[in-house]
Amino acid sequence: MELYIHIPFCKQKCNYCDFLSWNGEAKQREEYVQALLKEITAVKEKKEVTSIFIGGGTPSILEPQQMKRIMEGIHEKFKLREDAEITIEANPGTITREKLEAYRTCGINRISFGLQSIHEDELKLLGRIHTFKEFEESYHMARQAGFQNINIDLIMAVPNQTMDRWKETLQTITALKPEHISAYSLIIEEGTPFYEMDYEFSEDLEREMYEETKNYLKKQDYQQYEISNFARPGYSCRHNLGYWDREEYLGLGLGAASLIDEQRWNNTRDILAYLSYANEPEKIRINQEVLMEREQMEEFMFLGLRKTAGVSVKKFQEKFGDDIKTVYGRQLEKLTRDGLLEYDEHRVWLTERGISVSNYAMAEFLFDDE
Amino acid sequence: MIEQSKIRNFCIIAHIDHGKSTLADRIIEKTGLLTSREMQSQVLDNMDLERERGITIKAQSVRIVYKAQDGEEYIFNLIDTPGHVDFNYEVSRSLAACDGAILVVDAAQGIEAQTLANVYLALDHDLDVMPVINKIDLPSADPDRVVEEIEDVIGIEAQDAPRISAKTGQNVEEVLEAIVKKIPAPVGDVNAPLQALIFDSVYDSYKGVIIFCRIKEGSVRRGTALRMMATGAVEEAVEVGYFGAGQFIPCEELTAGMVGYITASIKNVADTRVGDTITDDTNPCAEPLPGYKKVNPMVYCGLYPADGAKYPDLRDALEKLQLNDASLFYEPETSIALGFGFRCGFLGLLHLEIIQERLEREYNLDLITTAPSVIYKVHKTNGDIIELTNPSNLPDPAEIDYMEEPMVKAEIMVTTEFIGPIMDLCQERRGEYQGMEYMETTRALLTYHLPLNEIIYDFFDALKSRSRGYASFDYEMLGYQRSELVKLDILVNKEEVDALSFIVFSGTAYERGRKMCEKLKKEIPRQLFEIPIQAAIGSKVIARETVKAMRKDVLAKCYGGDISRKRKLLEKQKEGKKRMRQVGNVEIPQKAFMSVLKLDDE
Repeated sequence: MELYIHIPFCKQKCNYCDFLSWNGEAKQREEYVQALLKEITAVKEKKEVTSIFIGGGTPSILEPQQMKRIMEGIHEKFKLREDAEITIEANPGTITREKLEAYRTCGINRISFGLQSIHEDELKLLGRIHTFKEFEESYHMARQAGFQNINIDLIMAVPNQTMDRWKETLQTITALKPEHISAYSLIIEEGTPFYEMDYEFSEDLEREMYEETKNYLKKQDYQQYEISNFARPGYSCRHNLGYWDREEYLGLGLGAASLIDEQRWNNTRDILAYLSYANEPEKIRINQEVLMEREQMEEFMFLGLRKTAGVSVKKFQEKFGDDIKTVYGRQLEKLTRDGLLEYDEHRVWLTERGISVSNYAMAEFLFDDE
Repeated sequence: MIEQSKIRNFCIIAHIDHGKSTLADRIIEKTGLLTSREMQSQVLDNMDLERERGITIKAQSVRIVYKAQDGEEYIFNLIDTPGHVDFNYEVSRSLAACDGAILVVDAAQGIEAQTLANVYLALDHDLDVMPVINKIDLPSADPDRVVEEIEDVIGIEAQDAPRISAKTGQNVEEVLEAIVKKIPAPVGDVNAPLQALIFDSVYDSYKGVIIFCRIKEGSVRRGTALRMMATGAVEEAVEVGYFGAGQFIPCEELTAGMVGYITASIKNVADTRVGDTITDDTNPCAEPLPGYKKVNPMVYCGLYPADGAKYPDLRDALEKLQLNDASLFYEPETSIALGFGFRCGFLGLLHLEIIQERLEREYNLDLITTAPSVIYKVHKTNGDIIELTNPSNLPDPAEIDYMEEPMVKAEIMVTTEFIGPIMDLCQERRGEYQGMEYMETTRALLTYHLPLNEIIYDFFDALKSRSRGYASFDYEMLGYQRSELVKLDILVNKEEVDALSFIVFSGTAYERGRKMCEKLKKEIPRQLFEIPIQAAIGSKVIARETVKAMRKDVLAKCYGGDISRKRKLLEKQKEGKKRMRQVGNVEIPQKAFMSVLKLDDE
């Protein structure tokens, strides 16, 4: 089982962000940590934990002692596997030496930095609170503190971005030799300031940037293993791979999603409800649904095909007792004909073209309503 | 038994919006069968659609009791009639059940094109026409002028026509008294063999077909052996009765002069034909009543279920609608692009739209409608003549000698300031000017001969917009005229889409083809490959657009473990796809098939 822990606080909301986060007061942050600890104590799911991801928001906004208490709560409650990957998301500008040391001592062994761009004007446009220089300081501090597994998040197709400027970002970042790079295309979500700006980015240029990213990172010895994720050999994010492989995970904290025993649910997104009832996890769980086998199959495909390696024919057979070619023969054939997918006796995977239009391809794997 | 002298069978005729339905409401209200609280805003229009559009589609009837100033009680059978030009046929069959008609004329607007058309219909049926001047409460009302107009233009006496406001109820009593005095009582021998005219029917899942009829001669009661003279079907009457407000009220018998309903456990809708005569099988009348003016559909289009599996549902729905609407024609057809569906015939475009909406609302069907077409006559070189209702069936041009298209005589009434723009419009639509008559100093009646296919799309809308709503319009069929017509085909990714083909005047083919391609480019979403859209006449391409290939459709970010968004997105995508039709390897959305209807929007 994996654990996801949500910290819904940020110094300032970014212009593209539609995640569940806001700028909480110190007092509310402390109340939240206490509630989170109550939830950790009260949950009944007690399987061995293989990875932890502390996400947000900006988890690094919490005080060192707060993060320590959360991790102590986790260690007390759950049995962690020896080699568990434990990631924390951090924003440059919120990181201190003290915090980094605290993370190390409580077992956190991976840091994911939200940088997005090396250019100050782009950072400003995105609504980021930090400069590139601040990031560099945070990054080196993390290395000095002993972190040997670091991810850097980048965003391409930022308004007015040119190919040259995106290449500069890629070059500068690879020179720092992080173990992992996530490169997302900016998606304009409803309800974000960007949405109001009514801005459009050239689809052609965006695709060229994506191609460039793949080619360039490959040359720099970063392997693409998912639509937007690249890693040095052995440094793929195991936690995220777990989502795409449909491993079980328990979400703790506000709005966090879970998949346990083929049931999905998420915690309430209402902070007052969460603070009041965190000690009774059943009360804060909403959207609970038991997945039928057909839904499991659909998820197996549309989550698994995000990985460049695709899905395993054998795993499908083991899980569902049916051959993938029997269940999805028509779809596999059609998508192969369209040049979007390939398969052999071991795996089914999307081609590069297939990844570019993956929504189109994945939608094929949903069954018709009866 | 009710004396014939105490019965009045009448309808109300008017130009659209002159207040026909409102007057009907007031009459029902004033006769005291309903309290004000029970009144729905317009009792007769009981279909949602009618209320929304403010028009009466389907003839409805009500029987009410009026205690007149002479102290006697009179039975009024008020038979509602539709007001739109498309529904002349329904007006016609309603009129056949009446002995007189109330003509409502707006005190401000005066006589309009449909006022004349309806009056002529009523006079054709030998009805006494009794004018009423409505909307006298309007500041712009000028009843004296309107009275003069009625006398001059129509030639009926109007000096003592009631001057009322149906809206406020002012002087409506005068109308009730006038009905008693001016509408003739029915005649007919109660003891003669039964002779009843079917003027409408509805289907009820418990009672079967409910026949609305006017008893001309004789009587009918429970147990009478009914024979439908045209179809020959024989059934025993189960129930007879009359029309309360919105309900059926059974009674002992219906006798000559009365209007009412009959049920007879009739399940087969084809057995009762509106316009047929019912007689007593054991004592039949010598001959049927003269049939109604027979009407033929003038506009045809293909109707297809968006979901192919709903084909039987569509067939059942059409069958039920046809029961109430004899002017609706349908027959199965198949399209390469759309699968199984029906070629349907309508009285006009409004009729088409109403049927389409009723199918969608009342029968919950999702439909694809192809471009409406008129009936073309194709004269082949071998001497054969084909009546073409579906453009796809046009023979090879080499086999065609010449083609003819239906023409109408259009009468447009317009205030003088808009004569110019309206004449321009008629010119653009290939109209031939026939003449202009001044009704009074400020209004004129323009007469044009126009091809029907030029008015079935949006002529009415254009007329209204170019006259700021002041022009009114009516038309009648003239016959066929030879014309230079071509079939315009649309090719999507080099494949002809049969459902998008249409016949067009050769002089406007280029323009139409270009607009079609532009419109389709907007309607067809990007797909995995580039899609050329072409308009062609025969093998000659006259216009082309291209839908670029889809380069990107990807959700970059995974939202932690929350996959609900991803699933929703994919489901939406899949749902969208389901609403598309596969033509070759291109998916064409349902909307695109209808786009041909709206070419002049932009």
